[in-house]
Amino acid sequence: MIFVIIIAGAMFAAGALCAVYRIIRGPSILDRALAADVLLAIAICALGAEMALTRHTDTLVVMLVLALFAVVGSISIARYMAGQDAS
Amino acid sequence: MSAGEIVVALLILLAGFLSLAAGVGIIRFPDVLTRLHAATKPQVLGLVAVLVALVIQVPTWGVLTTVILVMTFQLLTQPMTAHMIARSAYRTDHVRRDLLITDELARDIDDPALAIGRESDQEPSEHEMPRA
Repeated sequence: MIFVIIIAGAMFAAGALCAVYRIIRGPSILDRALAADVLLAIAICALGAEMALTRHTDTLVVMLVLALFAVVGSISIARYMAGQDAS
Repeated sequence: MSAGEIVVALLILLAGFLSLAAGVGIIRFPDVLTRLHAATKPQVLGLVAVLVALVIQVPTWGVLTTVILVMTFQLLTQPMTAHMIARSAYRTDHVRRDLLITDELARDIDDPALAIGRESDQEPSEHEMPRA
């Protein structure tokens, strides 16, 4: 089981680092909003994986709240983005 | 390791692989619309795998109902996000048009038969996006 923890943790971390790279480099603000969304999805998956591997349910509510409110940031960025905002 | 633990390990490895694939895709793909495609992997399938693993490990009614709630809200909200980002990307010209095979929205925008109601929106205010 320790093998699974190491491999899955490395893959979650690599995906999150790729998303952070896109947040830093992203040519437009939409790329950044999308990469922040991906980072949040990976964080939710990592929380769930940690709960499943250690058999506790303490952060289940955190997952619920994140799934509920993840939508707010990206939608407000996309909705109020003016036409001339290139970056 | 019992059979249940092997299934849990495989599901968590699947979620990790999908997260990694989303990260690689979001770096390698050329524009916003293609990156939207990569972003969906951990948001839906990865989350399903992790939640099924969690239900297998902690099989109680409280966990099952909360897991169903999490999945429901994720499936309700993520399409809204993707739609708004894609709409905004199309209108602010962040789409690589040379990569598109067909663009049905451009054809419909140019169609005068569908232009009813657009005349009154010709002068968008400062804080309102122009209607396409």
